[in-house]
Amino acid sequence: MAVNIIKEKSLAKVGQVKLGATKEEGGTRTVTYTVGGDSALPFHHFDGEIANRPIVAMEVQDIKPNWPETLTKHFEGVLDKPGEWAKKCVDEYGADAIYVRLEGAHPDGADKSPDQCVAVVKEVLDAVGVPLIVTGCEVEDKDNEVLTAVAEACAGENLLLGFAEQENYKSLTAACMVHKHNVIARSPLDINICKQLNILITEMNLPTERIVIDPSIGGLGYGIEYAYSIMERARLGALQGDKMLSMPILCTVGKEAWRAKEANASQEEYPGWGDEEDRGILWEAVTASALLQAGASILLMRHPKAVELTKRAIDQLMEDNSY
Amino acid sequence: MGLTGLEIYKQLPKKNCGECGPPTCLAFAMALANGKAQLDACPYVSDEARANLESASAPPIALVKAGAGDYVVEMGDETELFRHDKKFYHETAIAFKVSDTLSEDDIEAKAKEIDGLVFERVGLQYRVQFAAVVNDSKDPVTFKNAVSKVAAVTNITPMLVSEDPVAIEGALEVVGDRKPVIYAATTDNYEKMTELAKSKECPLVVKADGLEALAELVEKVVGLGYKQLILDSGQRETAKVIADLVQIRRQAIKKKFRPFGYPTVAFTTEEDPLAEINQAVAYVSKYASVVVLNTTDKAHVLPLLSWRQNLYTDPQVPIQVEEKLHKVGEPDENSPVYLTTNFSLTYYSVEGEVEATKIPSYILAVDTDGTSVLTAYAAGKFEAEKIAEVMEKVGLNDKVKHRNIVIPGYVAVLKGKLEEASGWNVIVGPREASGIVAFAKSQFS
Ligand code: SF4
Repeated sequence: MAVNIIKEKSLAKVGQVKLGATKEEGGTRTVTYTVGGDSALPFHHFDGEIANRPIVAMEVQDIKPNWPETLTKHFEGVLDKPGEWAKKCVDEYGADAIYVRLEGAHPDGADKSPDQCVAVVKEVLDAVGVPLIVTGCEVEDKDNEVLTAVAEACAGENLLLGFAEQENYKSLTAACMVHKHNVIARSPLDINICKQLNILITEMNLPTERIVIDPSIGGLGYGIEYAYSIMERARLGALQGDKMLSMPILCTVGKEAWRAKEANASQEEYPGWGDEEDRGILWEAVTASALLQAGASILLMRHPKAVELTKRAIDQLMEDNSY
Repeated sequence: MGLTGLEIYKQLPKKNCGECGPPTCLAFAMALANGKAQLDACPYVSDEARANLESASAPPIALVKAGAGDYVVEMGDETELFRHDKKFYHETAIAFKVSDTLSEDDIEAKAKEIDGLVFERVGLQYRVQFAAVVNDSKDPVTFKNAVSKVAAVTNITPMLVSEDPVAIEGALEVVGDRKPVIYAATTDNYEKMTELAKSKECPLVVKADGLEALAELVEKVVGLGYKQLILDSGQRETAKVIADLVQIRRQAIKKKFRPFGYPTVAFTTEEDPLAEINQAVAYVSKYASVVVLNTTDKAHVLPLLSWRQNLYTDPQVPIQVEEKLHKVGEPDENSPVYLTTNFSLTYYSVEGEVEATKIPSYILAVDTDGTSVLTAYAAGKFEAEKIAEVMEKVGLNDKVKHRNIVIPGYVAVLKGKLEEASGWNVIVGPREASGIVAFAKSQFS
């Protein structure tokens, strides 16, 4: 019996979003990336076009993070210097982009002012040539101030800013409109809210090609399968022509993976789980690899080895496998 | 993927004699289509029609079994391309290579490592399925010795990796009763291999170069009367393996293309064990029924098995923990008591953080049908009276001297009512589990 290869033709494509702007485009980046644009399921080159490779952004914070030693030892001496930290990520660890997390803005923590936050973002912009993704401290009112200030001060850089949420999207969306940035629309593991939020944001006239979806993933072992299925459904919806589910998807891999006990617990405590270093790295890398199969376009990560493994996996998956 | 009544009717004798129960063949066909009758009820159905109907109503992917006793491994019998449509049924079996060129001591050590790959995590036990002995030596006697050695160390089902029928025959003399997987039948050896597999009713991997050749070879083996098969399209590059796995699954489910209606096997090729696990994650995600690995390091295998478990959970049925007073460490009468729901994800997030406080504690998990705190509260499954009842039921009063219970910050509104219903002092804890360590530090140390 002859095998007649089944090709699934899509009616539409995943939306494309461009990150960063070069000098000619009004920014200062030396490289820019476009994500999304696929007309097939992830890495199904045999069905359609896989237009752009997913990118890996490495996380940099504006205060010394409370990370396990498995992570911190790779950033010795730079954890309190965001610019140098970012440079190390790009030059040594091959980060495609930098994710600046302004934890220091937290009112219960360092309570940094919007100006101080802007200075950090500027420091990172000066240190590296790759595009930036910037989020606040996840306290709504403070973030609205901080991110508005960042959007204004970095006008033209075409940043990706987050998070816009169903109860708090207007201020950030407006700032992205005015200063020409992209927005991360975050929904709580719910495809209907995800869609609804995209509708609300586009109703403010921010074009769909300036929106990225954050489905609020769980890490490996802690609800990753919910995100996996929501992302598969969103991708299938996008390929069927649902514009409000068609934005590229961003996954907070590092944050979620390193929260897990399995990524941190020492071998003395859990002899049955093996060496903690490799286990931690794989907890993050496996989270990323699994979500790549569901359609992740932007992965926010932490460990240099996990980043290397993920980029290697992406290289292999981007190879043409059409018949 | 059953047949319609009319499709079945076409195969019936059309005597309308009524001996099957319903008055006409058409009525009987309708009953069959609805699963309300058995084909055997008609005494006149021809053998040919029976064969046609049975194959058409067979599952799209055959269920194939290896192993014996407690070590039975079920593969295949899947019906979906996407887990959200229903669920995936049979977890990818994980196999680990043992080369027969290793020294006796090394073979024993490797087999012990494989045997030890049992993990306890979030109240579940993760196990691995196959010890794949590889005939790298090309020598049947060496192979047989290696298989014996492995079988003496572990009860995990063997997978016999050799294209030499003489080597397989020898190995089957030792482990045939354990129903090992035989790898593999090729165009050159399939007649002999099929015969060997048949003799011990072992699953047989059919390996060919590309999908076209694979379909042909499967038909030849089926033509010899054997159907306990596993498929290998011969690809080893990650992207191409995925393409073939997807194609095989689609052909089986969407077109009922019979030669591809069997479980599949994929081999990793990455040398760095961490990269190898990443490669395996892609194969587990994209339908491989068996993945064959080199690394046996616990730190490498646990993340892979965790992903497998996550992927194969039933999306419609949340995993739950038992409704009871759980212990973290060795709590005593002065230990803190935390309240949460019985949704596994919620419970284990709380448990992990409570453990991190390094203060022995109790966690009371209330049955909310496996929903998270907010969902349970919204649905009226996490209310003061009910919680008070459970506190009573587990005998919380006798377990601790104090009368303080910590509730999740999201349901702070329960404080008043729960204090009334239980007579306990209610402390409002953090909203997210991640806040527990800081909370405990300020409250309990
Ligand atoms: S017994 Fe067979 S032939 Fe007779 S009515 Fe039933 S289906 Fe038709």
